[in-house]
Amino acid sequence: MESSADYILKVSNLNVTLQHQTVLENVSFKLERGTALAIVGPNGAGKTMLFRALLNLVPYSGKIQWEDKVRIGYVPQKLSVSDIPISVREFLSFKGGSKIEESLRSVGLDNKVVLNKSLGVLSGGQLQRVLIAWAIIDGPNVLLFDEPTTGVDLDSEEAIYEMLDRLKKQNGITILLISHDMHIVRDYSDYMLALNKCVTFFGESREIMNPSLQRTIYGEALCITGDLS
Amino acid sequence: MTEGLIFGLITAISVGLSGGYLGSLMVLERMALVGDALSHVALPGLALGILLNFNPFLGAFGFLFASAVIIWHLGRITKLYYETIVAALFTLALAIGILIIPQPDLLEALFGDITKIGLADTVAAIIISIAAMLLTRIIYRKIVLGIISEELASSTGINVAGINLLYLLLVSLTVAVGIRIVGTLLVGFLVVVPAATAKNLSSNLYRYSLLSSIFGAISSSSGILLSGSLALPSGPLIVLSGVTIFLTAVLIRWVLKLS
Repeated sequence: MESSADYILKVSNLNVTLQHQTVLENVSFKLERGTALAIVGPNGAGKTMLFRALLNLVPYSGKIQWEDKVRIGYVPQKLSVSDIPISVREFLSFKGGSKIEESLRSVGLDNKVVLNKSLGVLSGGQLQRVLIAWAIIDGPNVLLFDEPTTGVDLDSEEAIYEMLDRLKKQNGITILLISHDMHIVRDYSDYMLALNKCVTFFGESREIMNPSLQRTIYGEALCITGDLS
Repeated sequence: MTEGLIFGLITAISVGLSGGYLGSLMVLERMALVGDALSHVALPGLALGILLNFNPFLGAFGFLFASAVIIWHLGRITKLYYETIVAALFTLALAIGILIIPQPDLLEALFGDITKIGLADTVAAIIISIAAMLLTRIIYRKIVLGIISEELASSTGINVAGINLLYLLLVSLTVAVGIRIVGTLLVGFLVVVPAATAKNLSSNLYRYSLLSSIFGAISSSSGILLSGSLALPSGPLIVLSGVTIFLTAVLIRWVLKLS
């Protein structure tokens, strides 16, 4: 019999309806502590909305049960930073003044180079690293990343996922990430949740290279329900 | 220097500082037109004050306050941009204001008149400006985070809608005070141009908000001093001073090729 301590997150029968449109329908899954879950699916499948529900930012029905001592770090998909005169130091100080330099070091950024730079002048890769530094600065045990490498070149993308993998292994952090890249899903996550408003697949991430499963994920939705642990 | 000019100068510096500080957020939110248009909403309030013989400032603030709440609420329930809602509201308010305000008072309401500023007005302007700046300072970083990403701000427990409402109310208060010196047509300047000037010369928030306040105070005070010596209306001279500073900043940025 399973212990409730094995899971950091349990989601049962989650439904989200916005402006009379069903965005998520009957979504259920469980996530073990210290693992990485990739959330995949076509555009408009409800991936970002799932994150918003997990963060309690939208009204929902059903049950979302995080473990008691959960501390969540979150990096959203869209940020408006290009037009705002804010330095990296100021941005990170929103969350924690004393650990700014430590968190920048842990994402591989040189404090002297970026600390006083404006967020708007950073490269795509540097900005994503700063956002990850933001997410980890207050010692979370869960990280939520909504397409963390959008607009980042391939080398930087690989380096960012290597770093996330290291954070997961060194600190035992549980990671939920939304990605469209099948190789990233295969190489850097343990489990995969395919959404198309409902759950169309839940299983090990290596399965994603299976062509028939890819048709299931990105083709017509064939929902599965019930206990997906 | 006359007593009236001294009161006008102190009031202008207070409103310039607070207008610049609060306006720095408005420019970041791309709500520059909101600040401008919101000021016109005060006109019917001023008119009511004049017609019914109570302090026009209170009438202006009442209308601005109510408009801020309406704008905030409509923004939430319709998901329309603030600018769209304000554009609809301010033309209506301007039309009503011009219809009901007595003609002799119209010019003063539109362009301000520092000769009528007394000690009580000056003290009120100082207190309101300090209070508005202190309260804005408390929510400043939260609003900026909400501008960067509403989700990011909400995920850290910030009530984005709540602080936006508070901010709009503080802007209303500042605009209501500013109307005395530059009038309803030009008061939008105080929350837009100093911030736009500062943005040209800033790469961090501290410098940006500080410069915006300073430029607001310099524009306002130099406009008042010019008004005293040239015997011309203060409002247009304040705007001209501010725009001169803005153009100088653009030139400096171009010469130094600031990124």
